[in-house]
Amino acid sequence: MILLRLFFEFFKTGLFAIGGGLATLPFLREMSETTGWFTQTELLDMVAVSESTPGPIGVNMATYVGFTTAGIPGAVIATLGLITPSVIIVLIVAGFLKRFKDSKVVAAVFGGLRPASTALIAAVLLSLVVMNFWNQTLFDAQGLFAALKWKHLLLAGVIFAGTKVFKKWHPAIFLLAGAAAGIVFSL
Amino acid sequence: MNLYLDLFCTFARIGGLTFGGGYAMLPILEKEVVENKGWCSEEDLTDYYAIGQCTPGVIAVNTATFVGEKKAGKPGGIVATLGVVAPSLVIITVIAAFLRNFADNPYVIHAFSGIRVAVTVLVLNTVIKLLKSNVLKKGLPTLILFCLVLAASFFLGISSIALVVAAMIWGLFFGLAIHKKEVSA
Repeated sequence: MILLRLFFEFFKTGLFAIGGGLATLPFLREMSETTGWFTQTELLDMVAVSESTPGPIGVNMATYVGFTTAGIPGAVIATLGLITPSVIIVLIVAGFLKRFKDSKVVAAVFGGLRPASTALIAAVLLSLVVMNFWNQTLFDAQGLFAALKWKHLLLAGVIFAGTKVFKKWHPAIFLLAGAAAGIVFSL
Repeated sequence: MNLYLDLFCTFARIGGLTFGGGYAMLPILEKEVVENKGWCSEEDLTDYYAIGQCTPGVIAVNTATFVGEKKAGKPGGIVATLGVVAPSLVIITVIAAFLRNFADNPYVIHAFSGIRVAVTVLVLNTVIKLLKSNVLKKGLPTLILFCLVLAASFFLGISSIALVVAAMIWGLFFGLAIHKKEVSA
């Protein structure tokens, strides 16, 4: 009954992993220890693949673990297990919001929620900037000029200009351009 | 086109174009769902994103469920969610079955390095847009709240859930105080 077990294990992960794909990682580490379905090293490979393929990381991880454990049915069952709790909870929350959308209390709560949500996204942006354009090891050794990744910064400038000039273009075009530039200039 | 089919296909496209975490999905969501389809507003998306951070599960999935539910009720929420995970199922299964060394391939590594730069730029554009609509037009208390949450998250690493709950309490306090002032004036 490995499929049932897979569903249950990923249902648990989906229920308790709060705050994004990598929040599933501690649960998967535990799963590897208790079930022996995959090793810690395999788990690291799965993280690498999940991060370098399209799709939400948590979903990719579930599919990968499910496939490794029980083939294609395993991939489908693990993914369904992961998303079931959040679908149920979000549907309940959405219904609640609809019912109280004219309430002054709910409006006031959202007045605080929106700037905070914007700030959380801005914080993600700052960590993306550090991750993509800054080399801490080179900064410690050789200072500011060496630490900045100039090729990456230049590409970012070109793409930014592109998004301003071609406002109607689909974002996927810029992702594709980024991928092409990454290969051509060995970023 | 049938609405459910449209929801499924649109979210499958969004899932297939999400590189990285849920935040990487925002620019694509904005384009597809707000601009092209008009299924919800930018404010709605910000709300869903914030609530998605404090409800269990993957943020991308939570956001898909919210948008689908808003457009077509509970079945809509389920269909949109299945759409957003469909590309992962196909792509990951193919990679796990045939391309074990995928993540070590130098072309893949360089391509993703470039994609991450593009994602950063797209997220920057989203943040600028959200700043204009959610923060800059809303007065000083909102700006202060924005700066506090940004600093607490980026420099202090305080968890998103704690910050979202604190912001809701702040909003309740300021929002109702402002409302009271308007009523008595």
